[in-house]
Amino acid sequence: MIKKIITLFLILIPINSYALIEVDITRGNLDPLPVAVSPLSIDEKSRKSFEKVLKKENIGEEISSIVENNLRTSGLFNPLSKEAFLQAPDIANLKPRFEDWNLIKAQALITGKVNFIDDKLRVEFRLWDVLAAKEMMALAFTTVPSNWRRVGHIISDKVYERLTGEKGYFDTRIIYVAEEGPKTQRIKKLAIMDQDGSNNKFLTLGNELVLTPRFNPASQMVTYLSYFKNLPRVYLLDIETGTQEVVGDFPGMTFAPRFSPDGKKIIMSFAKDGKSDIYTMDLENRLVERITNHPSIDTSPSYSPDGKFITFNSDRSGYQQIYIMKNDGSGVKRISFGNGLYGTPVWSPRGDLIAFTKLHKGKFYIGVMRTDGSGERLLTENYYQEAPSWSPNGRVLIFYRETKTNAKGEGFSAKLWSIDLTGYNERQIKTSTDASDPSWSSLLSN
Amino acid sequence: MNRSIIISCVLHTVIIIITAMSLPFLSKKPLDIPPIVSVELIQIAEKTNVPFAPKAKKIIEKVKEKEKLVSEQAPPKKVKKTKTKTVVSPDQKNKKVENQTPEAIPLPDKTVKKIKTKEENKQNPEKVDKEVKQVSEFEKKDLFDPNNIAALIDKSKEESAEVIKKNNDITQDQERNIENTGLTLSEEDALKAQIFGCWSIPLGLPYNENLLVRVKLKLKPDGSVTKTEILDHARMNKPGQGFYKVLAESALRAVKLCQPLRVPTTGYERWKELQLNFDAREMLEG
Repeated sequence: MIKKIITLFLILIPINSYALIEVDITRGNLDPLPVAVSPLSIDEKSRKSFEKVLKKENIGEEISSIVENNLRTSGLFNPLSKEAFLQAPDIANLKPRFEDWNLIKAQALITGKVNFIDDKLRVEFRLWDVLAAKEMMALAFTTVPSNWRRVGHIISDKVYERLTGEKGYFDTRIIYVAEEGPKTQRIKKLAIMDQDGSNNKFLTLGNELVLTPRFNPASQMVTYLSYFKNLPRVYLLDIETGTQEVVGDFPGMTFAPRFSPDGKKIIMSFAKDGKSDIYTMDLENRLVERITNHPSIDTSPSYSPDGKFITFNSDRSGYQQIYIMKNDGSGVKRISFGNGLYGTPVWSPRGDLIAFTKLHKGKFYIGVMRTDGSGERLLTENYYQEAPSWSPNGRVLIFYRETKTNAKGEGFSAKLWSIDLTGYNERQIKTSTDASDPSWSSLLSN
Repeated sequence: MNRSIIISCVLHTVIIIITAMSLPFLSKKPLDIPPIVSVELIQIAEKTNVPFAPKAKKIIEKVKEKEKLVSEQAPPKKVKKTKTKTVVSPDQKNKKVENQTPEAIPLPDKTVKKIKTKEENKQNPEKVDKEVKQVSEFEKKDLFDPNNIAALIDKSKEESAEVIKKNNDITQDQERNIENTGLTLSEEDALKAQIFGCWSIPLGLPYNENLLVRVKLKLKPDGSVTKTEILDHARMNKPGQGFYKVLAESALRAVKLCQPLRVPTTGYERWKELQLNFDAREMLEG
């Protein structure tokens, strides 16, 4: 009886329950994330040792300024001014006072330490979430002291990956054609540099005309086109060893050899029997295979990252447009339908977009579209620019742009530029000479 | 005979006097009640919280009536202000009383002035007069006496408590009408707008993946967050879902950065637990 009364009593108690309110947050800001890059701390003994070896007064500060510069140029981060920092680097590395970093509106903090151990450079770094007051990542690297710039780039990549969710692109190199002299007697040399423009090196002497160097996505190998006795010749160059190899001589107009994603083939176009088609060459047995067979001009082939598809441009519709097809040449489908001419399609390493150059009403555009041709976006417009190449993470494009050197429109200058997918973060990459035909390597540290 | 007439007259006079004296008090009491809070009615009167089906018509009428009254009174924000300020001031006050420094003096002045403006805005002459009188008395007598300042703060505390109590009463009434409903459009918009500004979307996320992070929050009445919980926590450590961790962390950063959240001033029971669904897909695809 008592139980019944209690049950009845419990039932009759009004239970005031509320459904959980849900609020959908579908927008956010795309402002650069405020990051504090505290200089890497270094003890006096190590500092002196590095000064002797590297001729750098404070290697800790140098490395952190590389990180800071990389993060800034990505356009996704806003490194805060060091003058606003309240905590000394050595103490911050042990235990950051998050209130201090919060005060200057930093959302992430990078601290670290540099040591000179057994003639080697040892760098420890930590990434902190200032708002959550916790460590997000801690890593240490040991390498030869001369590699200090790469350490800065690797730290930048790790931070970038941890905060954006995609791999970075800082520990990479760019190969390009360095140009000097008047337009009629242009000297073109193959050159390579870090993605930030430092460590520039020339790979050829300039006695042969070199064109369209392209990195192998799988390794540090480059293929390029060179004219030897007025005949186009395709070369392979191993960046690490410097060894160079002739892949083959090809007839007539040969264009833009490019590697397949696995690095086992190169794909290019050349003119044969009065028509220009796309061919592949197996690098092991040197067998050439025709992929397209059409009376039109098919050029600029580029593989999808899975190797199953190829994008190229063709004038088979009457005007130069972008097409995709399967890797055996079947299922050709036109994907660009806008006004103007489309060329140099390059499949993004992420696989989601195709970058291209567009010529419309006398202006050149660098743009991207989805692989089905939808969502065309023109990122940048200029008098003359072309040859986009993707960063290994598919977020940034590098291309070259020619501009008049004076107000009268005389002379010209070709420089490398980069732009990210938002279209806002456009920057010139400084080179000692004029530069064209850039190609971005994959990550060196992978 | 005469004597009884006199007694009767005296007694009648006494009754008349008592009545005359007590009636005004009776009539004054209700005057004290109405002015304060109705503010929230404006919010609740909005379309989203109109309950559906049979009761709806009645409630809409009720709400409309209330809305008319309210629209002549103070706008909602101002009550918010008074509330927070009266609540905040005692702490500051107490500190300063302990210190007994001269800087402590201007503080009540500020609160007092704010109460003044608030009441003026409310356009309720009787109440305003009272408040103003009280204020001026405090100003005259107590400004330079820390002990009395403390007393003043205590009173203001009582007042604010009263305000809150009355607020709650009114909300509970309305909650009966809008039980179990979500936030109003304006409440939700205010909260969304605030979090939109705080959420830095990590741009590297693969947009062909599920980019929804559900975060459950426990809130204090002032909008500060006491607990956050990622509802799909297990996904964070799954292989190939590294981007989800990045996204979840960005959502938590947004919540922390936005504290205190712009929550409604009333109906704490309704929103003391909130679920925020952070979805980055729209932004990344767009």
